[in-house]
Amino acid sequence: MSLPEVSTHQQIDELRAEEHHPTPRQYVKVAIVLFVVTAFEVAIYYIEAVGGLLVPLLLLFALIKFVLVVLWFMHLRFDSRLFRRLFVTGMAFALIVFAIVLATFFFRDPGAFTESNGSNGSSSSE
Amino acid sequence: MSTHEVAVEGAVHEEHHTSMGLDNVKMAMWAFLGSECLFFGSMISTYLLYRGRTASGPSPHEIYDIPYTSVSSFVLLMSSLTMVLALAAFQRSDDRQGRIWLLATAFLGVTFIGGQIYEFTTFYEEGLALATSPFGSSFFMLTGFHGAHVTVGILMLLSLYGMSAFGRIEGGRSAARPVEMVGLYWHFVDIVWIVIFMIVYLIPE
Repeated sequence: MSLPEVSTHQQIDELRAEEHHPTPRQYVKVAIVLFVVTAFEVAIYYIEAVGGLLVPLLLLFALIKFVLVVLWFMHLRFDSRLFRRLFVTGMAFALIVFAIVLATFFFRDPGAFTESNGSNGSSSSE
Repeated sequence: MSTHEVAVEGAVHEEHHTSMGLDNVKMAMWAFLGSECLFFGSMISTYLLYRGRTASGPSPHEIYDIPYTSVSSFVLLMSSLTMVLALAAFQRSDDRQGRIWLLATAFLGVTFIGGQIYEFTTFYEEGLALATSPFGSSFFMLTGFHGAHVTVGILMLLSLYGMSAFGRIEGGRSAARPVEMVGLYWHFVDIVWIVIFMIVYLIPE
């Protein structure tokens, strides 16, 4: 007996995904890595010698944690590629929104990026 | 019919699939989570724009308690582990174990929310309120909306616990679907906090 051609590939894809869900032991291993990375993340915050590398390192550590949770705990590593595309599309749109907001504020009010404590909170061009 | 075909067809009949053969509910959940990226992305952008505008109120480095928030972050991170262990238990039809992990996840979520309420109260006492400054507004809106998402997640976890306890959901790969959907939401809330913790608390001004 054969399955309808239009959906067989995705069905098998999905079934394979479920068959390959990690074991509880693997989940615990991922959680240990997450714990260690978080510990490093907090530790470097207090190490002055890190200096200018602090922000790149924090971004790297956050990226590692993000990817581990999404791929292993949310099973995106094992699930259909369509789910991955849906999520990545949302993330890409979020980055586009961020770029647009940043650009809008920069061109409208460049002073907003340098203004710090003591500001009354209103835009300098207002 | 081969064993594999039987298994595939079994899976097909147990769930509601789209014309592409994918689970409708799961697809909708991923689309929802994609849209949530936009929601939190815009709020994080707003926070980054306004974090330097503190008016007469306290600045971020004056009020943030990094060790305290680190513990909260760890609690939420570990709740993702208990959530995924709950799913694994339901998938192997171990409902009792699944319910225990669901309760553990809800407990960790409540702990996180309790910590956030304490943090908000402390900040308020130190002079940072919603209307104190653009920094205060963007901080409370971002972390407050995240807290609201965690609260909704806790309610869903407790609902799942009740449904399982009263036999409305049972173990097995397909029957564990509701647990998987709530799990996806819960993990998403966790990854949003990973980003918030890094951007809001750890990256210096």
